[in-house]
Amino acid sequence: MLSFIIVVMLLISVTAGCLNGSWEDISASAVSACTDAVELGVFLGGSMALWCGLMRVAERSGLTAKLSAALSPVVRLLFGRLDDDSRKAVSLNLTANLLGLGNAATPTGIAAVKALGKGSRPKRNTALLTVLNTASIQLIPVTIAALRAENGSAAPFEILPAVLVTSLSAAAVGCVTAAILFSGVDKDARN
Amino acid sequence: MRVTDMIVPLMIMFILLYGLARRVDLAEEFSAGAREGLQTAFGLIPMLVLLMTAVGMFTSSGAAEMLAALLSPVTEWLGFPKECLDLAFIRPISGSGALAAVSRLFSRVHPDSFAGRTASVLMASTETTFYTIAVYSAAQRKKPDSRIFIAAAAADLTGFILSSLTVRLLIQG
Repeated sequence: MLSFIIVVMLLISVTAGCLNGSWEDISASAVSACTDAVELGVFLGGSMALWCGLMRVAERSGLTAKLSAALSPVVRLLFGRLDDDSRKAVSLNLTANLLGLGNAATPTGIAAVKALGKGSRPKRNTALLTVLNTASIQLIPVTIAALRAENGSAAPFEILPAVLVTSLSAAAVGCVTAAILFSGVDKDARN
Repeated sequence: MRVTDMIVPLMIMFILLYGLARRVDLAEEFSAGAREGLQTAFGLIPMLVLLMTAVGMFTSSGAAEMLAALLSPVTEWLGFPKECLDLAFIRPISGSGALAAVSRLFSRVHPDSFAGRTASVLMASTETTFYTIAVYSAAQRKKPDSRIFIAAAAADLTGFILSSLTVRLLIQG
């Protein structure tokens, strides 16, 4: 999928180059983008190291577990009655998302869908969890804040309220859509 | 002074203090986590080289502007900045691709401009939808239910529309 998109982007770029003669710009950015990429990776290393270090401390001190226990009423509201394993896995996954763990949230999500797949209403609950993950509700968007600071933003975190409102609304719309689309879908499986 | 500027320092202090109170070996555990973070970030670099080259060529060729011009009736109606269109396209498909697009955007417009802020909110409040769906259905060894795509697309679309709207209402004031 990704390979396909890269090739399409390159084809479009070259076509545009033929149309408006922007060859000079295209070749300049083709040779400069690779060093930008290495700079970006090294630069991201700093903020990711800080955050992953803090998260490891939070996990070892039991803070992450506390937060996920605090989330369990929300989990009950969305997913209905769940067995213990599923509820824990789902809360842990939502916690990882809230803390903005990104890639590190993926393993918790995998554990959660596996548990949900075995429980009651597997299709509906899997869909709900997927939508909650794709809407990415996060308290502290670390990566983007670091990028903003690097590029001269006066207030890298000024976006926090907008991010929260946007991601919560997106999650709500996704959950309602999923709940409607999947209502009654799991009935046959239960009987 | 803004409240949002206080959150991160306070959170860092709180996490470390709580860890200390629970007798966590701060230096040891922090470095172990930080090492993982560094590995993740450095591991992204090879992919970023390819993607940033593609995104760089795409945006400097003028193709993004052509696409934006084509879609301008829709985006103008929604009040969505045209500079963020390529980001909106690549965001659901590739996380590192979106990173490349934002980084490229910030070298052209200031992060505190309307387009810069919208890109920031868009980046932070949406995810790589297709990747997430693919990974989760693979974990269950099932083909993804097509209805999941509809629900996720509804969420993404809400995110796109609200990113510029919330910037205008909550930040620009």
